[in-house]
Amino acid sequence: MTKVEAVIQTSRLDAVKNALQEIGVEGMTVIEVRGHGRQKGHTEFYRGREYTVDLLPKIKMEMVLPDDLVEKAVQAIANAARTGKIGDGKIFLSRIDDAVRIRNDERGEAAL
Amino acid sequence: MEKVLARWLLFLLIFLSVAQVRAAQAVAGTAGSSSETTSAAAADRLAKLEQQAADAKSSADNAWMLVSAALVLMMTGPGLALFYGGLVRKKNVLATMMQSFAMMAIVTVLWALVEYSLACGAGNSFIGGLHNLFLRGVGAQPDPDYAATIPLQTFMVYQLMFAVITPALITGAFAERMKFSAMALFMVLWSLLVYAPMAHMVWGKGGLLNASLGGRFPTLDFAGGTVVHITSGVSALVCAIYLGRRLGYPHEPMPPHSVVLSFIGACLLWVGWFGFNAGSALNAGSLATSAFVATHFAAAAAALGWAVAEWIRNGKPSVLGGISGAVAGLVAITPAAGFVGPMQALVIGAVAGVVCYTMVAKVKARLGYDDSLDAFGVHGAGGTIGALLTGVFASAAINPIFKNSQGLALPSGWIDGNAHQMLNQFVGVLMAWTLAIVGTLVILKGVDLVVGLRVPDDQEVQGLDLSQHGEEGYYWEASAT
Repeated sequence: MTKVEAVIQTSRLDAVKNALQEIGVEGMTVIEVRGHGRQKGHTEFYRGREYTVDLLPKIKMEMVLPDDLVEKAVQAIANAARTGKIGDGKIFLSRIDDAVRIRNDERGEAAL
Repeated sequence: MEKVLARWLLFLLIFLSVAQVRAAQAVAGTAGSSSETTSAAAADRLAKLEQQAADAKSSADNAWMLVSAALVLMMTGPGLALFYGGLVRKKNVLATMMQSFAMMAIVTVLWALVEYSLACGAGNSFIGGLHNLFLRGVGAQPDPDYAATIPLQTFMVYQLMFAVITPALITGAFAERMKFSAMALFMVLWSLLVYAPMAHMVWGKGGLLNASLGGRFPTLDFAGGTVVHITSGVSALVCAIYLGRRLGYPHEPMPPHSVVLSFIGACLLWVGWFGFNAGSALNAGSLATSAFVATHFAAAAAALGWAVAEWIRNGKPSVLGGISGAVAGLVAITPAAGFVGPMQALVIGAVAGVVCYTMVAKVKARLGYDDSLDAFGVHGAGGTIGALLTGVFASAAINPIFKNSQGLALPSGWIDGNAHQMLNQFVGVLMAWTLAIVGTLVILKGVDLVVGLRVPDDQEVQGLDLSQHGEEGYYWEASAT
């Protein structure tokens, strides 16, 4: 099992979600987050006072997938989230030891 | 269903037959009187007609003044409460709105008990007497010195709304750091020691600065440039300096938490201001129209002035800039509304928009005081500009307020040919500044000694919503259930 964490532009959420559903990803968790990578923030003015906003709103999607689905999912996310501009986000993969379905105590991939 | 219909038909028949009998009686009546016309009867009828005409005018004026009073109340809540509420950080939104709302309650009670008498009652040159304590003598009978066609009670409740919003304007200066108890006590004293005397001097019977009732230094102030905006704006500056800066200012970012709320509030202020300015004609005649028009034009020009100044300096016209400009223009036109035409209103608005932007964006930063929501930059500066420009532009053709002994109109303002009026305007402005500075300092000192002004640091960090009121504007668990 692998955990896929993708930080993407807020505007790409629907496209990425649809792409994942098409390849058979059945569950995901979506969080509204703020952050920055190499992308510079922007400045805002309120009554002449300048505010630098460097933590920008992003969407973070998390899903734990059976290993045969991981590469397809990574491709689907990358293709759907890409605008070609700086700030498109990143995808992180990590191994997962186990999973538990709360409803009936199923373990491992059966719980996904 | 049919039963109801039948009952209605029956009613209609009875009504029609009664009406017919009445009409027949009326015809018979006029026929009888025409045969024995006397001059006494004619005079009697004339008197009745005159009374009816006066009653009709009185009803029309009263309708407009009651609507105006309601409009001015709407400026405080929700107008100002939203405008200020949006400008603070999330943790202080309720406390900030509460400061405006509290004025609607506290000042109203104070007004009924004593403040009306001090502001509007007959007295000396500086303050009203105690004849109208507990609103004694304030009833349906008009007071011709103030407004001959509306009940004195209407005048009283209309003036009350001004007394409510004026202290509420000050709250912008000490937002996010003052104790609620200290604020309430401060405002009670400020209403009695600063607002009431200033209102009496400019608008009250025998007032030193009263232009329409023959004051010593007749200051033209149609709807409260000196009384409302200079007193509140200058007192706001004194409060901001006396209380000191908010924790973290100016290093920590403190952007408005919702310009959306502020936008709604500012637009409500703009609409409510028609009651404030056009209502200050105290009747529904053409002067009210003129003031209405001037008010609207100044607001528009000032919104443009501020936004364009910002566009040039920062590269973008902001929403907050636009609405702040509109409020600045409304402030500046307030003393002039009933004395100038549309073109002068455009000029006053445009000047106010640019000057207030400079005050808020440049001067405040340079001087380093923390006037949190720019009560001084907008109301103090805008009110002062407006009061002085009123002296420049006031025109007898719009409002012949000065008359010679034969009742002929004399020139009003500088351009009109009355350069001397500038001196009177200066006296009025100086009086308002002095009273605001001295009064506010004394009251702040007293309240500081008795209850303390600022919340403790940990409560300021926590936010005034929780520390002062035990509530949150945006309850986070609500979204989870």
